[in-house]
Amino acid sequence: MKQQELLERLKLSGFKRALWVYHLNTGGCNGCDIEILAALTPRYDVERFGIKLVGSPRHADVLLVTGTVTRPMYERVKRIYAQTPDPKVVIAIGGCASTSGVFYESYNVLGPVDNVIPVDVYVPGCPPRPEAIIDGVVKAVAKLERLMEGREG
Amino acid sequence: MREKVKPEEKAEANEIAQACSTCFEVPIGPIHPALKEGIRFTFWIEGERIRKVDIRPGFMHRGIEFMGTKRNLIQVLYLAERICGICSISHPLAIVQAVEQAAGIEVPPRAQYIRVIIGELERIHSHLLWAGVAAHELGFDTLLHYVWKVREPVLDILEDLTGNRINYAIPIYGGVRRDVPPEKYPVLKDALRYYRSLVDDFVNFFLRDPSIEARTRGVGVLTPAEADSLCAVGPTARASGLRKDVRQDWPYFAYPDLEVKAITPEDMGLEVRGDVYDRIVVRLLEVVQSIEIIERCLEEMPDGEITAFPKVAALLAHLKKAEGEGIGRHEAPRGEVIHYIRLQAGEEAPVVWKVKAPTYSNLMPWYPMFRDQEIADIPIVAASIDPCICCMERVQIVRDGRAETMWREELLRLSWDKTRRIVGGLGASHVAREGI
Repeated sequence: MKQQELLERLKLSGFKRALWVYHLNTGGCNGCDIEILAALTPRYDVERFGIKLVGSPRHADVLLVTGTVTRPMYERVKRIYAQTPDPKVVIAIGGCASTSGVFYESYNVLGPVDNVIPVDVYVPGCPPRPEAIIDGVVKAVAKLERLMEGREG
Repeated sequence: MREKVKPEEKAEANEIAQACSTCFEVPIGPIHPALKEGIRFTFWIEGERIRKVDIRPGFMHRGIEFMGTKRNLIQVLYLAERICGICSISHPLAIVQAVEQAAGIEVPPRAQYIRVIIGELERIHSHLLWAGVAAHELGFDTLLHYVWKVREPVLDILEDLTGNRINYAIPIYGGVRRDVPPEKYPVLKDALRYYRSLVDDFVNFFLRDPSIEARTRGVGVLTPAEADSLCAVGPTARASGLRKDVRQDWPYFAYPDLEVKAITPEDMGLEVRGDVYDRIVVRLLEVVQSIEIIERCLEEMPDGEITAFPKVAALLAHLKKAEGEGIGRHEAPRGEVIHYIRLQAGEEAPVVWKVKAPTYSNLMPWYPMFRDQEIADIPIVAASIDPCICCMERVQIVRDGRAETMWREELLRLSWDKTRRIVGGLGASHVAREGI
């Protein structure tokens, strides 16, 4: 099934389930983090779609990862990924999480998030607007539905 | 250096260890739902009371100062902006002052006013953001959503004036990148009027709400003496009654014309207690103060150039020739931020770049604030200094896998050594003479 068709179907049926997201800062500058929070608050209000921020990765369907990965966070990022139950989707929010951005040639920066854990959706921007973050989460929903149906690994 | 430890310091350490022999150790972090940034707290808890706290930062450290010494000064400006996304104008405003001082650049007056306007708009957005986070830490999510809803208009204004909601990229060495044209004034004034109309609501929701008062009065107390001796800065110091504000004490940009006064809870007719409630009062009053400053700026802003170097290439050439050192200080929403820079002729990159973010000074006041508090108050006390961990991150280098506890004298010696290294002996004699 093509993605377009799937999105159409999603639009008709609505989300099958509420999407719980866990927000993980791996060494970012707070810019993306406050935009994620802005997406949850009344102007953008993604909670009306059932997208909810949870306090533990064990409850999450989606990991929102912001920031370039610093050396002390390396083991912790891997652990949080392992703690998140399958099927899961990882979204790299912002330029640093996607490509490491302006942070390079440093003794304490290990590079973008996909150096450490597999990433499914990239949301570029410094920081991305809340609309872009919501768009990324919608793409993640499509991927999660495909994973649920066992169409992808 | 271990044998130089003063006996009374050792005795104090033993006393804490003794007092905590019946305590439970509760580690929180580095990943935890209360703050979005990684920092590890270890609490020693006796019953419901906190007896001792230890803080372990370093998880967000990216080595920005190190990266900065390999890039040219324009790239350093972008890097400075990305030290922190919430203080995303404070760091550039401090570094441009440092570089302008080092390279001897005159800034046109209109640019000074524009810098003040954007800086104060950031203060409004940052304080509102904090108010929302504080409400969330108190478990009052309705208020979080209300505050973040009314925070959006100031981000709209910032986007209108600068092109981005966060990371505005407005200051550049010698001026600003974008003008605030007169046709934008009405929109800006409308937004300020909107915030003025909200002040009463805020006072009602935050200061007259019995549940907020019950959760914040007498919680996380920092006495004026402690605030002074632990070098607290910004609203944390002012809530303890210290009238300490860079805009008042060492005015820069257009602030000398604007006569800013440091705000303490006394300005609202309250007795200073130095608790979380007082920190809410100070931040609310500062939002009002920022509105007044911007209104005055719009009235008094002179016409003219907005930058001394319209072409970036000419600016870079000037900076490459410059030699000297400079210090930039700015009153960020969280307190005083200091940037030190040292330039060498013929070098594009700064030789030394040193950043002191406000949260770095406000970390130590956490110790008296947490003393004898209840477990349930941990989130609000931690949030009450408005911590910005990514601004202040430091790193500890462990040699041969051996971590040591450092005492006051050794730390002092290390910082003298560092000052000598940075300023090449110049400042060290000063330090020795002053006997600090």
